This record gives sequence, C-alpha cells and structure tokens, in this order.
Amino acid sequence: MTRLLTRRLVAIPVTLLAVSVLVFLATEVLPGDVARTVLGREASDASVADLRRSLGLDDALPVRYAHWLGRFVHGDWGTSYTLKVPVRELVLGRLGNSLLLAAFAFLLLVPIALGLGLLAGLHHDKPTDRVISVVGLALGATPEFVTGVILLVVFAVQLKWFPASAQANPGAGLLVRLDHLVLPAVSLVLLCTGYVARHVRASTVAAVESPYVRAAELRGASRSQVVRRHVLRNSTVPATSALGVQAQFLIGGLVAVELLFNYPGVGALLLQSAVDKDLPTLQAAAVVLGLLYMLIMLLVDVTYRLLDPRLRREVHA
Amino acid sequence: MTAVQERRAVAVATGVAAPPTARRRRPIALSVGAVLVGGWVLIAAFWPYLAPYDPQRQHPTLRFAAPSGAHWLGTDQFGRDTFSRMLAGARPVLEIAPLATGLALIAGTLIGLLAGTCGRWVDELIMRVLDAVLVFPAIIASILFVAMLGRSVTVLVLVIGLAFVPIVTRSVRAATLVERQQPYVEAALLRGEPLWSLMLREILPNISRTVLVEATSRLGDAIFAAATLSFIGLGQQPGSPDWGASVSDNRAYLQNAPWTVLSPALAIASLVIGVALVADSLRARLDAR
Amino acid sequence: MTGLLVDGLRVSFDTRRGPVHVVDDVSLDVPRGATLGVVGESGSGKTTFGRALARHLPSNGRVLDGHISVDGTDVLALSPRDLRAWRARELAVVHQEAGATLDPSMRVGAQLAEVLGQQDVARDARRDRVRDLLSAVRLPDPDAIARRYPHELSGGQQQRVVIAAVLAARPSLVILDEPTTGLDASVEAEILALLEDLRRDLDATLVLISHDLGLVGQICDEVVVLYAGQVVERGAAADVLTTPRHPYTAALLASAPTFGVPRRQRRLLAIAGTPPDPAAPPPGCRFAPRCAFADDTCRADSPPARVVDGRTVRCHHAELLDLTATARPGADAPVPRPGSLLQLNGLTRRYGSLAVVDDVTLDIAPGEVFGLVGESGSGKTTLARAVMGIGPRPRSGTMRLSGNALAPVLRRRGRAVLRRMQMVFQQPDTTLNPSHRVRTVLARALETLDGTDSVETLAARAQLDAALLDARSTDLSGGQKQRVAIARAFAGSPDLVVCDEPVSALDVSVQAGVLEVLADERDRTGTSYLFISHDLAVIGYLADRVGVMYRGQLVEVGATDDVLSGPHHPYTAALVLAAQRRERRRSATPPAQAAIATGCRFAARCPHHLGDVCAEQPPPLRTVAEGHQVRCHLPIDQLPKGTA
Repeated sequence: MTRLLTRRLVAIPVTLLAVSVLVFLATEVLPGDVARTVLGREASDASVADLRRSLGLDDALPVRYAHWLGRFVHGDWGTSYTLKVPVRELVLGRLGNSLLLAAFAFLLLVPIALGLGLLAGLHHDKPTDRVISVVGLALGATPEFVTGVILLVVFAVQLKWFPASAQANPGAGLLVRLDHLVLPAVSLVLLCTGYVARHVRASTVAAVESPYVRAAELRGASRSQVVRRHVLRNSTVPATSALGVQAQFLIGGLVAVELLFNYPGVGALLLQSAVDKDLPTLQAAAVVLGLLYMLIMLLVDVTYRLLDPRLRREVHA
Repeated sequence: MTAVQERRAVAVATGVAAPPTARRRRPIALSVGAVLVGGWVLIAAFWPYLAPYDPQRQHPTLRFAAPSGAHWLGTDQFGRDTFSRMLAGARPVLEIAPLATGLALIAGTLIGLLAGTCGRWVDELIMRVLDAVLVFPAIIASILFVAMLGRSVTVLVLVIGLAFVPIVTRSVRAATLVERQQPYVEAALLRGEPLWSLMLREILPNISRTVLVEATSRLGDAIFAAATLSFIGLGQQPGSPDWGASVSDNRAYLQNAPWTVLSPALAIASLVIGVALVADSLRARLDAR
Repeated sequence: MTGLLVDGLRVSFDTRRGPVHVVDDVSLDVPRGATLGVVGESGSGKTTFGRALARHLPSNGRVLDGHISVDGTDVLALSPRDLRAWRARELAVVHQEAGATLDPSMRVGAQLAEVLGQQDVARDARRDRVRDLLSAVRLPDPDAIARRYPHELSGGQQQRVVIAAVLAARPSLVILDEPTTGLDASVEAEILALLEDLRRDLDATLVLISHDLGLVGQICDEVVVLYAGQVVERGAAADVLTTPRHPYTAALLASAPTFGVPRRQRRLLAIAGTPPDPAAPPPGCRFAPRCAFADDTCRADSPPARVVDGRTVRCHHAELLDLTATARPGADAPVPRPGSLLQLNGLTRRYGSLAVVDDVTLDIAPGEVFGLVGESGSGKTTLARAVMGIGPRPRSGTMRLSGNALAPVLRRRGRAVLRRMQMVFQQPDTTLNPSHRVRTVLARALETLDGTDSVETLAARAQLDAALLDARSTDLSGGQKQRVAIARAFAGSPDLVVCDEPVSALDVSVQAGVLEVLADERDRTGTSYLFISHDLAVIGYLADRVGVMYRGQLVEVGATDDVLSGPHHPYTAALVLAAQRRERRRSATPPAQAAIATGCRFAARCPHHLGDVCAEQPPPLRTVAEGHQVRCHLPIDQLPKGTA
C-alpha cells in the first residue's frame, strides 16, 4: 500500500506539470489573439500591441511558461485577461459551487445506485430487473441537459415545485441553496445511476451465482442470511471504481448543466476561458481539476485495497 | 457430442452456466432500438422530402405558435416550423457521430492490440500515455479542444473520435491480454508467426465481441458528446437546426413555448436511447454465447 | 432405516432444445457409515446426481421421478423450510475447488464460526471450537489460519478448511464431488486420510463422485458406474474394479495406465467415439455405438438392470462376455539412438529471488522419451517453457541442441530451430484458436514450419476424421482438440516435442487415445519427447528415462525401471507409494515455505532424515547405476528400495 501511495504521490505533480505544459502549448499554437479578443475587433493595432507587451505575450514561450509556473506555485495565479479579476478567487469560488453541487448529487447517487443495482441483481432476469435495467440504460444514455430540460418543464414551469435557476440569492442559507440545486442534482443522478447500477447488478449476479453462496445455501442458510452475510459485501465493493468515474465527471464535467441552470460552476469557467483564450484562468482551472481527478483516482485505489482483502497483501502460499 | 455441447451439458448440469432458456430475452429491446435508430437514419437522409416547411424559413406573423394542424409542433421565436427543424436536426448529429466512432474504433483497436500483444516496454509506454491522457474525462477534453480549435465538422470528428480512443484502447488491450496468455497464441509464437499476423490473424478474430460492444457503446457516447457540444455552443454553424443548439437557443422560452425546447430534447433522447438499446441487446447476446 | 436409498431417480433439465434427461433411472442403496463411489466421465450425470441428492438443482432442473431417502428422511418431499433445516443438520458437501466455496471477503475462522452458529453453538464457545476443528484437520497454527483469508491459503489448506466445516456440521450424509482433482498426489493422500478419519468419527454415509477409478478403488466400499445418465454397473468396489461385468467398466479400466505396466507390456485401449449427447441418446443400449461386443439386440433394445454375479449390470450379454479380452498386447518401442539431442547444463530460472528451476542438468538422446515428473511448484512447467525459449528472466545455464548452442530466448532462434522443437500444451480448450477451422490451424503450421505433408495426411496420422477438417475448433471434443494440437506440432517434422501434461485435462477414456497417438508418432518418426506429468502411471507407461523434480531441483534421473523400482530418492519413494496405494498417511506436518533452502529441500518431509546434515548441506549427486543418479545424503545401500 505504501508503495502505491508513494508511486502516486510522485506521479501527480509530474502529470500536473505535463497537463499545464499541454494547455500552455495548445493556447499558443491555436489561432486567435488574446489581446485582440480582449479589446475587441475595432481596437487599434497600436492598443493591441500595447496590451500584448503589458501582458508579456511577446516573450519567448519557455520564458512565459517559467514565469507562470513560478508565480503559480507561490499562490499568485494572475489576473483573468477577460474578466479582470484575480484568478485564484475566481477559480476557487467557482470550484466551491461545483463541489457543492457535485457532493449533493453524489450523496444522492450512492444509495440509489447501490440499492437499485442490488435489487436488480437479486431478482435478475425477472421483471424488476428488466425494468430497472432498461430504465437505467435509457437514462444513462440521455444527455443530462435533455433530462434537465424535461425536469425543468415539468417541475419548475408546470408544477412550480422547484426554482428554475440553480443559483440562490447571495447570502442564502444552505437549505435554500440546496433547494435550488435539487433539479440539476436530480438530472445528474438520473444520468449517473444507470452506469453504476449496471456494475453493481453484475457483481451482485456474480455473487449470487458464486460457488460460495451455493455452498452457504447447502449448509442450510436462508436467503436473507446469505444476502446479508455474503452477497452484500461482495457486490458493493466492486462498485468503487464506477463511483470514482462518476465522481470525476461530477466535478468539472457539468458544463451543460451549469449552462442550463445558470449555475456559476467551474465547468462553465473552463469553457469560457478556453473560448476566450483567457490563459491564466484556463491554466489554473485545468491544473486544479487535474489535481482533483488524480486525488479521486488515488482515493478509489486506496479504498479498493482497504475493502477487498485479496488486494491487500501478497499471496503467501 | 461435440466439446461445446459436452461442456454445456456439464456446465448446465453443475449449474455453473445459467441454462439457456432462463436467460433468453425476448427481442423487444432490440426491435425498439433498431426502429428508433433506423427511423432517425432515414429521416437524416431524406428529411428534405419529409419536412413540410423549410427549416430556415421564417414566418414573422406566426411566432411562438402553439402546436396546430398547420404546424404540428408549433413555431419558434422566428416563426420557423419546429417539426421541420427537428427533422433537419438529425443530419448534423448522424454525420459526425459515426465518423468519430469509426476513428476511435480503428485507432483504439490497433493501439490496444499492439499494447496487448507486444507487452513489455511497448505496453508500458502506451499505458503511461493513456494514464496521462485519461486524467481528464473525455467530455471535458473534447470541450476544451473544440473550444480552442474552433468548430468545423473535421474538428468535431477528430476531437470526439480521439477523445474516445483511450477508452477503446483500454478495453481492447484488456481483451487482448487475456487471449495473449492462451496456449494457442504461444503456439503461434513458437512457430515464428510475425507480430502483425499474431495481432490480426490470431487475436483479433477472438476479440471481435469486445470490439463490437465498444463500437456500439462509443456510438452512443459520440452522439451524446456531439449533442452536448452543440448545446454549449461548440457545434456547427449558429442557426443550424442542430438539436443541441436548438435546445440551447430556445431554453429562454421554456415558460411560454415549451414545445420548441422539448422537441429537440426528446429527439436527442429517442436517438440515444435507441442506440443504447441496440448496444445492450448486442452485448447480452454476445455474452450468452 | 439408515443409510442412503435412491430409487428410480430421473432428473432432467429444461433447455432450448426441450427437456434433456441427465439422470435416468438411477437406483442404489448404501448402509450408514459406508462409502459409495459414483464413477463416470463428463456428461455421465454424476454431478447432477450429487446435486439431486442435496436437492440443489439449478432453476431449470427438475426431478421427474424417484425417491431419495437419507436415514429415513424423504428428501424430495421436504418443505423449503424443512429442507434448510435438513441441510444444516444432516448434509455436508465438499466441492472440487474448495477455495471457490469460501467467501473471499471473509476470514476463514469467521466462516467456520458461521457454520457453528447454524449448529446453535453459543457465541463465546465458537472460537475454541474453531481452533479445535482446524487442529482436527491437521492445519498447523490454527489461530493464525483462522485469521487468514481464503486466497492466502494453498489449495490443500483450503480443502482442509472445507472439511473442517464438514466436521463442524456433524452430518449423516457427506457428498464429495471430485474433492482431490487438481491437488498433488501427496496432498491428495493426506486429504484421503482425513476423509477416513471423518468417516469413522461421524459414522456418516459418504458419497464420493469422481472420474478417478483409482481413487474410488481406495476408499469406497460400493461403486456405481454411470454412463450417459444410467447405472451400467453397481456392486462392491473390490468386485467391480477387478472383475468388471460391463463392457464400459472394463474399457474404462483398460484405458487408464496402470502403475508399473509400461507400454511394451500392455497397450492402452482407447474407446472409440464419444459419449452421447444427453439430448439425443441412441436407441437401445447407450454404450452400443462404442462397444466392441455390441450386436443388433444391443442397438435396438435398451437393456434392463439385472443382477449378475453379485452385482447389478445393465447389459444384454453380461453373463456371456469374457472381458479379459479387453486388453491390447504390448508393443516394443524403438531404441533411442546414441548422441545428445538436447543438453541442459546448470539451467536456472528465477522469479525474483526464488529459484523456480535450480541448476538443472540433463540430457535427452535422439528418439528418447524423457519423462519429467513432479508436483505443483516443482518447476517442471517452467523448465519446459525455458527449453522452448519462453519464460522468466533472469536466466543462467546453457542449452544445446545437437551440440549447437541454443538461444535462451525464442526471438533469437532461427526458423530452422523452431521447426525442430515444438510443444503440446495442457489445456485442450485453449490450445487451438477458437476462431479458426481445423484446416486453417494445420495449414498455418505447415506454412510457417515449412512442412511437406498435406493437411489431410497430418490429420490422418493423429487419428482425426477428415470430416473434422472443416469444423471450427470449438466444435471438437477435448480429445480431438488435443490430437489436432499434436498434428500441429508435428507439421514440421520436429526432432523434439515438449509435452506439458498433455492428457491431464482429459477424461480417462480419452487419455488413452491421445497417449497412443503420441506413441505412434514417436514410433513412426523417432522424435524425442520431453514428457511432463504429475502422474507416475502415465510416465511409467511411455518414458524411457525419468527425471524427478522437487521444488526446482532435479533430485533424481535415470532409466524408468531403475528409478521407479529403486533404490531411489526418498521423494521418489513417496511418489511411488502414492501412485500405488494413495493412502499413505503422512505424520509429518507440511514443510515451511522457505524461499531458499540451504540443504536438501525435501528434508522437512523425508522419513529417512539423517539429521542436521540434510537440512544444512546441499546433498551430493550420487550415481546408483549406469545412467541413474540420485541427489541425496543417504549412502546408496540405504536408499529406499522397491515398492514396499
């Protein structure tokens, strides 16, 4: 386990570095001039040249990267070219919003997906299973903005149970904020459940049909005893990686939902800064997200090793 | 009896394999899916003959008209017929997604085969690159690159296709590794078969199931990605009847003209669900074999 | 009424092709405390029978007819609740792969405690009971074992844990389904000893389901032989297995190599054809298509089960047949030619610090069959793969082919060398490309190995019907696949063929056919074999010379007769004993799993242990006779001898 941890902890900064280099190069290579984008098409060439100079855009590539890296590591993430605000507050603020939505959706996702997957697996090939599987499949294939739109029409417009915008008024309490987040969270949960539930179903079926469950039945255990003692653990642990994948998606992959529900999250920020070639914001957001993703993957691997005894130690024999 | 029958009988007798009838699904899912997909493909091909109006034609006096006999799904803010726009919107998605899927499949299969068959440093290298690339979920990477590279059909196909190469590579590599360890591959090695023959003649036919499942799953993903990209404004030209763009353009009018938003949304849903049903039926069929 | 009574049992499965009768009119009775052996090959219905006894059929299985009574309880009439209670109190089942029947996420001790809980043992008493149980099955350090997970135990240890669970339940019926298949002979011997204790302790009825006639003969009182779902012969084990009355039983006995009987003395009898498809059994006697004595009556009318000569036989002509005629005369094998074809010198292969093959030196002459025998962990497979050029690094030692240096890695060997050395693998199901037709398999081999024969000729030599050439390899039976694999290996007229347990995964009646094909090819071409097996009977049948491996070292090498009859290495003596009697009790506890031993590796288990010198000093290689060497500290005159 320590070997895994050290290996990963070394890999993370290396990968982040690679990511930042990649983003840097990408924005350079591509058409479009940041200065012109900021100042607009009608701006004079002179003012554009001035802006370029002041932003240091005429320096050599490696120099610019080194400058950026030096400042970034010390906490100075620069100022957004387009929004003119400090990048760090901007990115972290947006990130906070995204994390709130992600956490809400994730907390709903885990019990629902595990529960449905178990149910489908325990009754596999019977009507309950067919319904859960088909519905999960259909919802998992449908883009979240599509389900979001339908939810909006039904629950926000017609029934008026929930607000149409995900952003609460500033200073609102947690419950009010969550109330605004219900519809986007539900559309996300509908999307993600299918994928996770399918995995849980598969491992449940494998457990139910396994030799050790058969052996337990042959020893006279009742169905509920068998499920409780043997199936539960062996069917839910493999879902860890599926849940990890969804967690990654929920952080930063929610551009569509953020746009649909007018929610100031980090996904929309990422998109906007890419379109505007707002390099400091883009870099910062990409690096922060990359870090989060790798931490999630690490967490998944560690959790797996903790939960599955087979992975814990070297086999003796 | 043949070995397959023998083994099946034994497997059935020992209860290891689920008996054939118990797991036979009626092909409803497959039929429904096929109808949905087939239907949209036909519409994408023939919509000029099917649409009652020109999707770009504006009827200024009939803005936000509710569904009626003249306009089955009403009109939008420019008075354009929603039904015609819905039909026309099928083509952009169905042009991009299959091409992107094909790209992902060919590239991913070749790389995955190479990694699994060669092993050792080739595999290590490919895996490290994959790990680095896979840090970001495919959707995010596609969004970033399309945003930066600009939108055109070529860019969309390339970006979406390449975004899914790592996933395909992983699956194909995993399946290849399983076959690679089998004695028949070692026997081929022992008689000196060259690398390309090992990959394409020995191993590829035996991982065709995996490849087929990947093809159908990635097609669904590609449609998903194309729709999402056009929704967030990175699709093709503005004003096109592309479904995702239509949803985005019209979402301000959820309150007073919900049909303008719901029709493209439901069109997307029906297509992706159709593809997913077909993909799942294929997967179930291939697993049972 | 005590004991097991089965009357007219019929079990079928619902399949897409309609109902398939897997068990057809099986009747038997066994007194309490006796052991019944149920013998059959794959497709005989023996496993389904075992499951029916426990009333544990899969969802599409149904008992059509019959009675099962265990100590007076009518099993088939129990309500689900009573069935559970009956299973908990009266029944125990031991499966083939014990490890799989243990929950991988629960510690072993906890699982045993669960069984005790079902016996209403008080919670605080369970821990001690678990310890007692684990000691009763002779597991060292029971407390440590109880804390382990199943995957941390070896196959033999896992099986002991399962037996401990049986002891815990104190049943009156124990069903054992291939309990020792896949275990080494020595481990098997110990498990069998345990089972003997079990039987005495519990006074339970044991039903042992197996394809292994030798195993059944050792510990069973009664034997039932199943073929295509029917009982073809039933009676006392001693009678049925020495003087069979049914042609199938006789053929089965004649098709397994007997230890100590080489090929030049008696050749194996391969039973033609394959067992019938349970969905479409032949009319009349089901064995008729393959029976050497069948006539029109046999093919038309299904024979009833009759009592003949003190046992039940299902055959029209049981009294009239002279089944001693089911034997083939021996055939002399060509004498190995002088010179050295393959020479290994100090060959070593390691996995990390563990020497899996340790300093092996041996010579194979042209035209010689060299048998390599050893158990799991002996390194024999790694050695075979090293010879073929595939296997782990780091490497040391040298190899020579006809005097020329042989590259240790496959990549560096030229095409000419590849032609001369080929391999036959163990698992028939994965030895052929499932997507290729047989013709493709053989054609590819001919092309890459520059073979001169035609596909048809290759197939014919391996006793393959020409019609099979166009079949997909997945449609072939296990024996047919293995024969295609042999044909493939001979495509380039090799000088050496390495056979890695080529028949271990096959049914007994099929093994004979494959062994005979191997022998015939050798007779025809004068090819050498490096023949690897854990089965001394098979080795003794074919090999000219034998090497014995233990934990990576070659502890003995010599002519087959010399090595098998002695004087020989104590480990060889142990293997010989196990091959003969299979019930040697081992009083020593299993050895510690040291990665590197300084002295003799067999020291911890050796009954002729001399003292510290054995544990600390590497034993010298002594020459017992011309060409016969033993690695042991014992002086030659004290080496164990004969089959005593």
